[in-house]
Amino acid sequence: MPTIIFVQPDGSEQHIDAALGLSVMQVAVNHQVPGILGDCGGSCSCATCHGYVEREWAQHMPAAEPYENDMLTCAADVTESSRLSCQIIVTPQLDGLVIRLPPTSR
Amino acid sequence: MSEAISGTAVIVGAGHAAGELATQMRDNGWRGRILVIGEEPSLPYHRPPLSKAYLAGTVTAQTLLIKPQAVFDSADIEFIAGVRVIAIDRAGSRVHLADGRTAHYDRLILATGGRPRTLPIPRIQQATPDNFHYLRTLADVDRMREQFKPGKRLVIIGGGYVGLEVAAVAIERGLHVTILEALPRVLARVTAPELSAFYAERHQNAGVEICTDTQVEDVQLDPSGHAITAMVTVDGRHIEADLAVVGIGLIPNVELASDAGLAVDDGILVDEFGQTSDPNIYAAGDCTNHPNPYFGRRLRLESVPNALEQARCVAASVCGKPKAYASVPWFWSDQYHLKLKMVGLSQGYDQLVMRGTTESDCFAAFYLKDGYLLAVDTVNRAPEFMLAKRLISERIRVDPCRLADESIPVKDLLTHP
Repeated sequence: MPTIIFVQPDGSEQHIDAALGLSVMQVAVNHQVPGILGDCGGSCSCATCHGYVEREWAQHMPAAEPYENDMLTCAADVTESSRLSCQIIVTPQLDGLVIRLPPTSR
Repeated sequence: MSEAISGTAVIVGAGHAAGELATQMRDNGWRGRILVIGEEPSLPYHRPPLSKAYLAGTVTAQTLLIKPQAVFDSADIEFIAGVRVIAIDRAGSRVHLADGRTAHYDRLILATGGRPRTLPIPRIQQATPDNFHYLRTLADVDRMREQFKPGKRLVIIGGGYVGLEVAAVAIERGLHVTILEALPRVLARVTAPELSAFYAERHQNAGVEICTDTQVEDVQLDPSGHAITAMVTVDGRHIEADLAVVGIGLIPNVELASDAGLAVDDGILVDEFGQTSDPNIYAAGDCTNHPNPYFGRRLRLESVPNALEQARCVAASVCGKPKAYASVPWFWSDQYHLKLKMVGLSQGYDQLVMRGTTESDCFAAFYLKDGYLLAVDTVNRAPEFMLAKRLISERIRVDPCRLADESIPVKDLLTHP
C-alpha cells in the first residue's frame, strides 16, 4: 500500500498506509488526521479537505478539474499548490505523497 | 466538569451529528465511556447520496459509511445499533431502551434527527403499501430501488430538494416521472421564483412532468390492498403510478425530549453550546432549535453541515471547553449536471441580483437586504458560493452593481466590496 504523509502546520507528521482507490480525503478521515474534515463526503461541495501538493507530486496525478479550482477560488490560504484532497485518488504512483495542511483549517 | 469527563456519555442517535460527537468528544478529552445508541442497524453514513448516487446504483452501501468501524474502535466508542431509546429518566440519570435495557449517563446528548413528514391519508397510514415510499434511511432506498426500473411510472409527491433529486435520477434511468407539488411552484419554500422557474424548466426539458397547485387527497389501491395504483388529487384526478415517493419535509424527533420535560419548540431548544433546559443534557443536529448570531434568530435546520458543525461545538462544550455554535447555514443539491450550492437564508430579502444568466446553467442569485447579503443560490458557480460564505460571515457590505458585473473577478468582490 502506498504511504501518504500528512504534515500539520506545526511540522508534525502522520505516515499512513493508504488503500488504492480511496480518495486522500477518505484516507485522512479514516485516520482522524486533524484539519481534513470532508464534510460533504467527497462531492467537491465544501472545501473542508484543503491541502497543499507540491509540484514534484502534482505531476504524478491528474490535474484539478475546473470545478475543483472554482471551489478553491475564494477559500482561505489558497496557493498554487492547493488541492481538495477528496479529488485525489490513491494510486501506486503516489507512494510517499506529502500533503501539507493549511494554517486555518477548521 | 473535570469529574464529568471520566463518567459516561450517552449519545442517542447514530447519524451525522452522533458520529461526529462521539469522535470529537474523545479528541476533546472525554476519558470515560462513550456509548452511541442508534435506531438504524448501520454505523453513521452519508445521507445525501441516498437520493442521488445510491439511488442511481453507482455507489454501494459500504462506501456510504462516514468512518469505518476501526475509527470508532480505536477511539473506544461503543455502539448499540438497531435499538430505539424509548425514554429518558432524568431523576435516575438513565435512558430506557426498547429491548428492556437501561443505560446510565453522566451526560446525555440527543442527536435524534428527524423523520419524513407523512401524507395525511388514512388508507396508507394504517398499512404502508409496498410501492409507496418515504426517503430518509438506507433501508428506505433499498426498498425503493427494487422497483426503480426503466419504463415504470413514478409519481413524486413534493417538489422540494428530495423530490427533484429523485426525479433527476429516475428520468435518467428511464422511468416516467410526474411531480405533484401542492404550492404554485417547486422549491417554493426555499428559493426565489426565478430559481423555481429555472429548475422546473430543466426538469421539464429532461422529460419530467410537473403539476403545481396539485394536492394529493387519497390513493387508489389494487385489490390486494398492498400496492397503490394511482394518486388521487383534491380536484379528483387519478394519476396512475407503479410507485410513489413522498418528499414533503422533515419532522424533528423531539418526543424523547418533550416526554422528559425538556423545553421544546419546533425542535429541542438548546443554547449556543447545545445545552438543553437540563444542564446534563445536550442536543445537536436536525433535532435542535438553536440561536444563530448571523441571522439574529433561532433556527431549526435540516442539513449535513449543520449537524457536523454543531456537533463539533457541542462535543467541545460537553468536555468543559465551551465553544459557541455560530455558522452561516449552507446546503447543496446535485441534479443532472447542475451543482446547486446555497449559503444563508433568503427570507425577507428586498433585492435579488443575478450574476450570469440562467440560460447558461451557470449563475449565482444573490439575495440582499438593506445592502447586505442574506443568501446566495449558485448553480455551477463555486467561486461565488465560497465568496458568499465569507461576505455573510464577515458581514461585508456589497454593491449590487458590482455583484452583477461579470467583468469584475469574484476575488475582487471580496477585497474591494
